[in-house]
Amino acid sequence: MRKKLALFIFLGWILLLVGDRIDELRVYQGAQIAMYAIALSSIVLLTGYSGQVSLGNGAMMAVGGYSAALTLNNLGSPVWFAFVMAVVVSALFGAFLGAAAARLSGPYLAGTTLALAVGLPEIANQFDFLGGVPGILFDVGFPPARFGEEFTQYKWFFWIATFIALLSLFITSNILQSRYGRTWRAIRSNSLAAELSGVHSGRMKILAFTLSSALAGLAGAVMAMTISLVAPGAYTLALSFALVTGAVLAGVSSLPGVVFGALILVAIPEVADVLATRWGGDENLNNYLPGLIVSVLLILSVIFTPNGPGEKLKRRHHKKA
Amino acid sequence: MQKILETFLIGLSTGSIYALMSIALVLVWRSTRVVNFAQAGQAMLSTYIGFEIATRTEIFWLGLLFAIAAGALLGAGVDYFFMRVLFKHAVSGPAAVVAPVIATLGLLGLIRSIVGLIWGGEFKSIKAPASTDGFTIGEKTIPFSPLNLLIIVTVFVILISLAIIFQRTNLGLSLRASAYAPEIAQLAGIKTARTRTIGWAIAGGVGGVAGMLVTSSNFLSPYSLDLLLVFGFIAAVIGGLESMVGSVVGALILGIALTFILNYVGTSLVFIGGFVVLIVVLLVKPDGIMAKGRARRA
Amino acid sequence: MSLNVSNLTVHHGAICAVSQVSIAVPTGKLAAIIGANGAGKTTLLRTLSGLKTPTNGSIMWKGEKIAGIKPEALVRRGISHVSEGKSVIPELTVRENLELGAIWRRNAKESKESIDQVVSIFPRLGERLQQRADTLSGGERQMLAIGRAIMSKPQLLLLDEPSLGLAPLVIEQIFQTIRDLTTSMNLTVLLVEQNAMGALKIADLGIVLNLGKVVAMNHAQVLIDDPAVRAAYLGY
Repeated sequence: MRKKLALFIFLGWILLLVGDRIDELRVYQGAQIAMYAIALSSIVLLTGYSGQVSLGNGAMMAVGGYSAALTLNNLGSPVWFAFVMAVVVSALFGAFLGAAAARLSGPYLAGTTLALAVGLPEIANQFDFLGGVPGILFDVGFPPARFGEEFTQYKWFFWIATFIALLSLFITSNILQSRYGRTWRAIRSNSLAAELSGVHSGRMKILAFTLSSALAGLAGAVMAMTISLVAPGAYTLALSFALVTGAVLAGVSSLPGVVFGALILVAIPEVADVLATRWGGDENLNNYLPGLIVSVLLILSVIFTPNGPGEKLKRRHHKKA
Repeated sequence: MQKILETFLIGLSTGSIYALMSIALVLVWRSTRVVNFAQAGQAMLSTYIGFEIATRTEIFWLGLLFAIAAGALLGAGVDYFFMRVLFKHAVSGPAAVVAPVIATLGLLGLIRSIVGLIWGGEFKSIKAPASTDGFTIGEKTIPFSPLNLLIIVTVFVILISLAIIFQRTNLGLSLRASAYAPEIAQLAGIKTARTRTIGWAIAGGVGGVAGMLVTSSNFLSPYSLDLLLVFGFIAAVIGGLESMVGSVVGALILGIALTFILNYVGTSLVFIGGFVVLIVVLLVKPDGIMAKGRARRA
Repeated sequence: MSLNVSNLTVHHGAICAVSQVSIAVPTGKLAAIIGANGAGKTTLLRTLSGLKTPTNGSIMWKGEKIAGIKPEALVRRGISHVSEGKSVIPELTVRENLELGAIWRRNAKESKESIDQVVSIFPRLGERLQQRADTLSGGERQMLAIGRAIMSKPQLLLLDEPSLGLAPLVIEQIFQTIRDLTTSMNLTVLLVEQNAMGALKIADLGIVLNLGKVVAMNHAQVLIDDPAVRAAYLGY
């Protein structure tokens, strides 16, 4: 535990150093990677460890984003409190959903969360206090003056996002190695056996849901920060798809993998952009190529390495040994 | 009183389209144990093909025929080239259970991107095969239109044909047997893998009809059938996911309920209404309304 | 010899369920396969009907190699398998369950004739043709399962524990029917049974399996009289 804490602090220090040495665009993408890492860890926690599949994490992110923005704008609270509220509200939402979903198995849960992903952004369109299609602003403010003139807004985003990501990954990794983590794995591999040895699998699943939603909500708030607003257009079904893809690429049960998954998610639009320009750059190509790449990656990885690329490497390693 | 009747009739027309989508989902679920989220994509691509034909020939029904054919081909293709490969590869590990679901999701994204690359994102509309202006009774014009009536009739015809296929033909018997007990069906000499592919084809064709009918009173875009998928799924859950009759009943109930919410409460609550129905059914009657011994009756 | 199995080995994952089994059954004969739980009886039957692929060895049926061929193709070559636990589909009616067995023949007239034939063998099914199979009693379900197999006009009938969970009187009746069918339709029958005595009594041949291996194979009557077999499998 102490060792791991030291590792995370060291990682943070490295990232800060790196943040000083790369250009603005990369810094911004760094913040995005941190955001995706949080969001993916939410899926990994749920799918990889508890065996449930949620396709609605984009919707959970929306809950977090809107909670943060409403808190910041209406209560005039400090910025950190907005992030806390994002966690609290989405955790509650997740607990509610988990209570319903704990009684469901595979297809029902997948369908229900998919319904959420499709429908929840629609709801934001319908209510005035949620800002409709244009959404509402979420402004975390300028970086503190003591960091100096050179310290840009994007770097500030990067700092905040990285800090939150490291903190939440640290907590998540500890939870996964605790008694709870072991119980989840037991339930995933054999829920009947787990029940018979005295585990309340229903309660444990609700807990997994709650934590997963809290993480997703946090990611949603970080995302709102990086784009400075919350709007239905930000939390689309495509986002939920991308997250599932990232999680599969990360290897659904590997927490370190989320950084790899997040990296790919940020890289895809960039790669797509380059390709689209090279292939003539018409509007459709620009709009749909990223989605095409995400889908193809998702399909290929689910067919050939359903448990993440790490699995194959590990197996190869074992064979050698 | 009159408004209630009108709402009911429009709900019936909406619900009958949901019924097609939910039947498509149930058919695939029964034979393959996968909720095929790609169904929205398959139906959308079929509808785009139907749209091209209908627009060029100016004959809606020709477009519908092509949409059915395209949907059937696409459904068979997805099973043959995709699901079979998937089941061969994804067999173990933490993702084994979720792999098929995630794969259909990937397929939905793939079809959506391809459609976007070909047709772009702008809204298309198909010229409706019947007037969308309401019927006039005496002096008054009601919202229920000839198109609504035509939709109900078309769906009814399709449901009857499906019932005949499933209850009266050898193909239907093979489909049911392969879904209920694949091994026994196989031992009885049924080519279960081929039968399953035929089931996917039927589901695909039915999905194509659903797409064309929705689009006849609405617009078409790479995203326009997502809500239909969600409502089709909710309807299937109301029916218990196993039962075709149940899913039709569920779809009609859902369509009527949502239309009442739309007319009496407001647009803003339609989706929430659908979602609440889903959660309540899952909490109160997770096996669906047709449960109690009849749960798996076709 | 119409059925000739030599050196057959079948694995369940890493476990060897059937090991180097060689058996031969002449046309028109009824062979009872007996043995304790886990002896590999069911696996042997599932391999013969194509549900499982053997790791090694060969299966010859009417002079052709059939190992690894799918069950639906073997049905077309006259092999019918009634799997363990009353292999009927509860959601379908009795008539539908029967019709299922003849679909591949694509001949509605023959199918009707076969139903008449099954009804003449099992009159109780005739009274219940329109009922769902889950309304039948255990014995009736077993009759239906055998009836479905007959619908495919089999030459080789593989029966897995038809007596499982049935009352003694019903068992006797089912066994008698199996014996009669073997003779009247000139079937080759492999009958896997826990009820060793009952099975050997109607059988021509007896085969004893233990831990995946054939430990005895002889005329059924010889086995019944064999003190070792009596002690191990017949309980006296």
